Amino acid sequence: MKKWQDNRGWLFILPVFLIVAFSAVVPLMTVVNYSIQDIFGPGQRVFVGTEWFREVLTDERLHEALWRQLLFSGLVLLIEMPLGIAIALMMPDKKGFGASICLVVLALPLLIPWNVIGTIWIIFTRPDIGLMGATINTLGLTFDHTANGLHAWITLMLMEVWHWTPLVALLAYAGLQSIPPAYYQAAKIDGASSWAVFRYIQLPKMRGVLTIALLLRFMDSFLIYAEPFVLTGGGPGNTTTFLSIYLVKIAVGQFDLGPAGAFSLIYFLIVLLFCYLFYQALQNVGKGEQA
Amino acid sequence: MGLTLKQINKIVEGEHHLADINLTLASGSRNVLLGRTLAGKTSLLRILAGLDRPTTGAIHENDRDITGISVRKRSVAMVYQQFINYPSFNVYKNIASPLLVAGQDKEEVNQRVMDTAKLLHLDPMLDRMPSELSGGQQQRVAIARALVKDADLLLLDEPLVNLDYKLREELLEELQAIFEKRDSVVVYTTTEPSEALKLGGNIIVMDEGKVLQTGTTSEVYRNPATVKTAELFSDPPINMLEGEIRSGRVMIGDQLDIERSGLFSSLDEGQYLFGIRPNHLYLNRQADGDARINSTVKISEINGSETFIHFEYGGCQMVLQEVGVDTRRIDSALTCYVNPEKFFVYSSQGDLLISPNGFSA
Repeated sequence: MKKWQDNRGWLFILPVFLIVAFSAVVPLMTVVNYSIQDIFGPGQRVFVGTEWFREVLTDERLHEALWRQLLFSGLVLLIEMPLGIAIALMMPDKKGFGASICLVVLALPLLIPWNVIGTIWIIFTRPDIGLMGATINTLGLTFDHTANGLHAWITLMLMEVWHWTPLVALLAYAGLQSIPPAYYQAAKIDGASSWAVFRYIQLPKMRGVLTIALLLRFMDSFLIYAEPFVLTGGGPGNTTTFLSIYLVKIAVGQFDLGPAGAFSLIYFLIVLLFCYLFYQALQNVGKGEQA
Repeated sequence: MGLTLKQINKIVEGEHHLADINLTLASGSRNVLLGRTLAGKTSLLRILAGLDRPTTGAIHENDRDITGISVRKRSVAMVYQQFINYPSFNVYKNIASPLLVAGQDKEEVNQRVMDTAKLLHLDPMLDRMPSELSGGQQQRVAIARALVKDADLLLLDEPLVNLDYKLREELLEELQAIFEKRDSVVVYTTTEPSEALKLGGNIIVMDEGKVLQTGTTSEVYRNPATVKTAELFSDPPINMLEGEIRSGRVMIGDQLDIERSGLFSSLDEGQYLFGIRPNHLYLNRQADGDARINSTVKISEINGSETFIHFEYGGCQMVLQEVGVDTRRIDSALTCYVNPEKFFVYSSQGDLLISPNGFSA
């Protein structure tokens, strides 16, 4: 009887096993399967070992895309994290009407589908009718993200910052609101400056939510696809061909499923590695600061 | 430094948080603010600290009006219910922080931090971070941070409420000794009568934003001037029974029918409220004059080395406090005794007329 009861426990986690298997393990293994074979059609396949990996790792265009991607994510984090924290610090206190309005306004960009975001910005930056594009052009400056790589980057960065800084701000705001008011009173009685309050109370207390914000923002920006696909399609030239756009070009455009599989696995490992590094770094910075 | 509060009112969004507070806190005095939650204790502390300004009224330090002076310019230290420490500083730096902010000499800071740490038994853990400490130790750090400043005014807002019983007893005893040696004004808020009694000094009993009674703690405990004060300053709550003095007898409920003598002889005939502290109800007859009450046990709870027996009498919920552990079954018969000489007698308006401790209106 006892044994049966013990075994029955496995039944309860079976659904989770099934869901994880179909959502993560099976697709991942399919990719592994593609990455080590050359597949011509159903039933026609040749085992190629690490050939696709070698091909992908020596692909110059992939290297370029990787550096482009790292630069993009780096810039995004450098702008969005401090900006989000600054917005959270400037927002009114939880009580009252002002905070509600701020929260709704901040959440708006997050509610828009990602491909629509791209479309909005295409129109917004159009040199002839776009609010931003036309305004800049009437000032006598030429702005055209379809022809100028730098302009394409500026547009993408603006779009990304507009789209995602609110997430950082909302998380930071939640972190700030969870600090008991007694901390601020204690600091006031101690005569601490507002910089000291930020550095030694607010920042340590926000560490948990900021870690989550950093990881989310890194992953999302490193995997960005829909927005540049809609806005620039990877151009002009290859200036905004990020990893995911390049990957889709190989997989769907050229139908090279083998190299695409190998590429995907490497891509996945890079994201995993960076997340691990960020997490470790933040854990070390805040050792013993949980209370 | 002595503090005088004159006609302090605090009104927030039309609600009176504090009403007409007049207090004098003498230099070097220990003052316990006793009251239930929302009695206005914390509001008063915040005004004393200078964190809030009173809506009307003034605070004088000696003879100087300091009502509008900001916290930074006052000599105040405060300890909170929650354990408030800088999360990214170790214990040493936490204790040193108020001194470092004030820009004091490193040598002196070190000396004072070490002395204070020793006082609160924190010296073995100066390198640890607050999150690596137990709750009691975290609160010790917070108390050390308040003490190290040597401020003129030391405020403690229910500092022990988040600690377990054992730690509370331990810290309370230490705090008592620490307060004894200081000449700053100490104000300590609590909801617990037993804590107030242990701390001694002066007491300020508050309820609904008003001061009900002030005086030395023992005096107020022995002679609570109103029914409200008696109820607040008694744990378990004092038993309040309605009764009548008529034709030479004192009649309380259906069983107590006592000869009108001794304490009661000075009272006119009429309706009164009779207060009996739970520890003045006995399970065994103590003296010949004791009156008897028969009832049934409603709940019997054991609290440490004491037993509280709840029963009903005269339409009131009564509590009897008995030393030692005594297990009683619910609904079993209960006989208890009370000495009429131990009654507090209040007028039907709630003012103290006679107390067993010699008070007589």
